[in-house]
Amino acid sequence: MDMKVAKKKLGLKEKYKLMTRDLGWDTTYQTKEDVFPYVGYEGIKIHDWEKWEDPFRLTMDAYWKYQAEKERKFYAIIDAHAQNNGHLNLTDARYLSALKIFLQAISPGEYAAHKGFARVGREFPGVGTQVACQMQAIDEIRHAQTQIHAMSNYNRYYNGFHAFADTRDRIWYTSVARSFFDDAMSAGPFEFMIAIGFSFEYVLTNLLFVPFMSGAAYNGDMATVTFGFSAQSDEARHMTLGLECIKFMLEQDPDNLPIVQNWIDKWFWRGFRVLGLVSTMMDYMLPKRVMSWREAWDIYGVENGGALFKDLARYGIKPPKGWDDAEKAIDHMSHQFMLGLYQWSFGTAFHSWIPSEDDMNWLSAKYPDTFDKYYRPRWKHIKKLADAGTPFKNYGLAKLCQCCQLPTVFTEPDDPTLTCHRESVYNGQKYHFCSDGCKNVFDNEPEKYVQAWLPMPQLFQEPINGDLGAWMEWVSLRDGKDNGDYAGSEDQQNFEAWRGLATTNQ
Amino acid sequence: MSTVFIALQANEETRPIIEAIEIDNPQAVVNRQPAMVKIDAPGRLVIRKSTIEEQLGREFDLQELHINLISLTGNVVEDDETLTLSWNS
Repeated sequence: MDMKVAKKKLGLKEKYKLMTRDLGWDTTYQTKEDVFPYVGYEGIKIHDWEKWEDPFRLTMDAYWKYQAEKERKFYAIIDAHAQNNGHLNLTDARYLSALKIFLQAISPGEYAAHKGFARVGREFPGVGTQVACQMQAIDEIRHAQTQIHAMSNYNRYYNGFHAFADTRDRIWYTSVARSFFDDAMSAGPFEFMIAIGFSFEYVLTNLLFVPFMSGAAYNGDMATVTFGFSAQSDEARHMTLGLECIKFMLEQDPDNLPIVQNWIDKWFWRGFRVLGLVSTMMDYMLPKRVMSWREAWDIYGVENGGALFKDLARYGIKPPKGWDDAEKAIDHMSHQFMLGLYQWSFGTAFHSWIPSEDDMNWLSAKYPDTFDKYYRPRWKHIKKLADAGTPFKNYGLAKLCQCCQLPTVFTEPDDPTLTCHRESVYNGQKYHFCSDGCKNVFDNEPEKYVQAWLPMPQLFQEPINGDLGAWMEWVSLRDGKDNGDYAGSEDQQNFEAWRGLATTNQ
Repeated sequence: MSTVFIALQANEETRPIIEAIEIDNPQAVVNRQPAMVKIDAPGRLVIRKSTIEEQLGREFDLQELHINLISLTGNVVEDDETLTLSWNS
């Protein structure tokens, strides 16, 4: 019998070179400029694409192998969830509001990121970059699909999940995330990488996925933990790509620095506003909370973001312009958001509610400087109105920020009793903003943002013409089922009845 | 000094990996949170293939880390034997 001789395995660096760099070729009958027409107009100067390094050195063969294993793990748990009444193991059906926001606003963002990476993978000339963007494009479509699949199990039993695609396109609050991704996708390839790869993935997604998914685990939601961690296992690679891209630009030419800094300023603020919704999910919507938004910000924003910008200081990068305003907003934003969601709950495809006494005590312990002083009195007043049978509803339309598209519900950075409002005049028209950060973004590129589709003006156009019932039909919102207060909702009644059936023999 | 971290899912596959990280990085702090483990270290964290293999009792390809990885920070340097996270400042 022959001795089995182990085949010499290729080293990681060798394999990466063979299966990435060696796949590229130089064009002969077309110029480089004609093949890659979008890579120059943003002003970023690249002298040597070979300098691009993927630190993980992941090649396509290994990629498919590990992704397949992630999918097998994911579907094993999704099957178990569906087979074992997983939806009844939740701490409380209030939790589902967070999932509905996720499905309506975040999962379509994953799909948008897929389209964006497929595009920039084609537009960048470097082979290493092309391969990394191709992997990320496939990751992002996988995230959209697994999220929609996991949450379809809830759609069988609960309201608000059935029309996420219409909601994504037409309802008001989802336009916040949608405009963020549309803004990135309509930018050049380098700006797209800063927007998604760096600001969103590296600086901000930890806040979305890590504590929130850990929170899902705390609240008995096996399905979400699974898609969340399955997605997040790709994010570590995405973050590294984002950081690599920024270092690459800064190392290639000193002229790139001011352009990159400007994008960091812009996209940090855009991302911070989008993720504002997460603050409310963490502080208000998890019946059992894992940490407060403030605590998550201290770890992933202050400590981690701070370390990152300290590291990048060697290239001359400064922390983003809105960094200090963000810090000042942290102890206020989740409360301001939830008060907004509650008063406009007739128009949301998820439920909101008045926090219980226990919830308010938790909030006051986590926000000792702000909650009792500014927000508890307002909730108490709202509770009094609800108890008297005259719940506080705001049927007026919110004034939206022309940039982030959120209602202008935030306060001045240095005065939490005064609503923040900024405006700019462009071509004789007045535009409104929620903050200096958003006004700055607009003032730098007014031609882009004057074209924004805003959900409130849409109300007065065809086919709605100012009719609230017609609007609800147009956004696929079923009045009395999908919207309003959680107390007394179908979701609440069904969850309690079914859980009762599951735990007794009646 | 800035903190680097790596976060892994809490499961059977990562238990020996986390033990290996603790062996190779005595200065690291292991935070156990619901469904996940976050390991913080001042400035630098090294993950070594050989130590994981000793804990695991089988061969281990460092790229297998991707399956259970949740998040990380710092500049990443990876070769066949080690994965290092570090901040330059």
